[in-house]
Amino acid sequence: MNLLVDAFAWIFDPAHQAGANGIPTRLVQHLGISLLVLVVASAIAIPVGYLIGHTGKGRTLAVSLTGGFRSLPTLGLLIILALWLGVGLEAPLIALIVLAVPPILAGAYSGFEAVDRRTIDAARAVGMTEWQIVSKVEVPLGLPLLIGGLRSGTLQIIATATLADYVGAGGLGHFIFVGQKSNDYPQMLAGSLLVIALALLSEGIFALLQKLVVPRGVVANQNTDVRTSSPRRVAVVGSPTEERK
Amino acid sequence: MNWVIENLPLIGQRTAEHLALSIPPIILSFIISVPIGWLANRYRWSRGVLLTVLGLLYAIPSLPLFVVLPIILGTGLRDSVNVIVALTLYGIALMVRTTADALGSVSSDVTQSATAMGFSPWTRFWKVDLPLAGPVLLAGIRVVAVSTVSLVTVGAVLGIKSLGLLFTDGLQRNIVAEVATGMVATIALALLIDFALVLVGRVLMPWTHVVSSKRVRRALPSDAGVAA
Repeated sequence: MNLLVDAFAWIFDPAHQAGANGIPTRLVQHLGISLLVLVVASAIAIPVGYLIGHTGKGRTLAVSLTGGFRSLPTLGLLIILALWLGVGLEAPLIALIVLAVPPILAGAYSGFEAVDRRTIDAARAVGMTEWQIVSKVEVPLGLPLLIGGLRSGTLQIIATATLADYVGAGGLGHFIFVGQKSNDYPQMLAGSLLVIALALLSEGIFALLQKLVVPRGVVANQNTDVRTSSPRRVAVVGSPTEERK
Repeated sequence: MNWVIENLPLIGQRTAEHLALSIPPIILSFIISVPIGWLANRYRWSRGVLLTVLGLLYAIPSLPLFVVLPIILGTGLRDSVNVIVALTLYGIALMVRTTADALGSVSSDVTQSATAMGFSPWTRFWKVDLPLAGPVLLAGIRVVAVSTVSLVTVGAVLGIKSLGLLFTDGLQRNIVAEVATGMVATIALALLIDFALVLVGRVLMPWTHVVSSKRVRRALPSDAGVAA
C-alpha cells in the first residue's frame, strides 16, 4: 500500500503539474484525441446505424461486423497501422476510429430496432412522413441505446488511447510506458490511476446522460435498466452496447 | 509467409502461452458468475448493487488494471496470476449480467411446476433453472471467451508472454509480417475456442439444437402476419 501513497505523492508533486511532460498536458492530449475520435466515429457510425435500423437492410452484416470486432486485438491493429503509416498521430487516430465505430453503430441501430413496431405503424397511420417517423419517433426513443453505444465507444477510446502511446501518441499512457522503462512503478501507478479516474468519470457522465435522454412520456413504463431492456423481453446476450476495449 | 515458416516454433510457443493465460479466466469467470448471477437475479436490491459495481469494474481499461492489480494481489507486474485475475474480473463483469438475465428468462410456469412436483429449491436450481438458462449462458461465455483471447495481447506491452509479444517484437524490429501473424493467430485462436464452446454446448445440451430450429420456424408466420 506504500506504493499507492507514492503514486498519489507523484500525482500531486508540483513538479508534475506543468510543462510538456506534466499531468495537465498529457491529460489534455488524452482528452483531445478521445474527443476528436469520438466525433469522427459518431459522424460515421450514427448515420449508417440509423439507416440500418430504419430500413432493416444490412443488419446481418452489421451484427457480424460488430461481433467480429470483438476478436480483433487492439494492440495489434495499433502497431500494424503504425508500421504502415509511420510514427505520428495518424496511425493511432485511424486505429481508434476503427475500434470506436462498431459499438456506436450497434447503439444506433439497436436503438431504432428496440422501438415497438406498433408505435411506428401508429406513427405512419396518423400520417407522419418517413422523415418524421425517423426524427420524431425513432430518434428520441432510440436515444438511450445510442447513448449506451457512445458510452462503450468512449470507454474503448479512452482505453485504447492509453495503449496508443506505445506508438508515440502521447496522452496519459505516456506515464505508464516511461515509468516502465525507468523502473519507476509509482509513476506507472499514477498514470494508471489517472486513466481509471478518467474512464470512471466518462462512465458516470454517460450513465447520467442515459437517464436524462429518456423521453418524458416513456419514463412511466420504462424498465429501470435501459441497457438490456427490449420490448421483446428476452434475455439479451452480450448486448450490442457491451463491446470490449 | 517466409517469416511464418521460419518462426513456426516461436509461434507455437507463443500460442501455448496465450492459451495458458486465456483458458483459466474463461472457466473461472463462468463458475464464479453462477452464484453471483443467481444473487443478482434473486433480489431487486442485489441486482442494482451488483450490476452497478460490476459495470464500474468493466469500465476500467485493461492496461491500467494490469498495472494496479499487483499492489492489491502482492504479485509481480509480469506474473501470469496478475493477468488471469484481471481477465477473470472482466469475464465476471460480463457474465454476471448474462447469468442473471438467463436465470430471469426461465418461465415461471416451469419453475412453479417443478416446485409443485416436489423439487427442493436446491435441486430445482440445478435440474431446471440452470439447464434452461444454458443456451443463454453459452452465448454469454462465448462473448467472454472471444474478448478474453483478444485482451491477453495487451499484457505484451508489460512483457507478459503471449501472442501479443509478436506485436511488440514486430514493432521493435519493423517486421510487418510478424505483427500480421500475431493478429491472424489471435483471431484464429479466438474462433477456435468459440467453436470448442459451441461443441461443448452441443454435448451438454443436446436438446437446444432442436428447440432453436423450431423457434425460428414458429416465428416466421407471425412476423409475416404483423407485416401484412
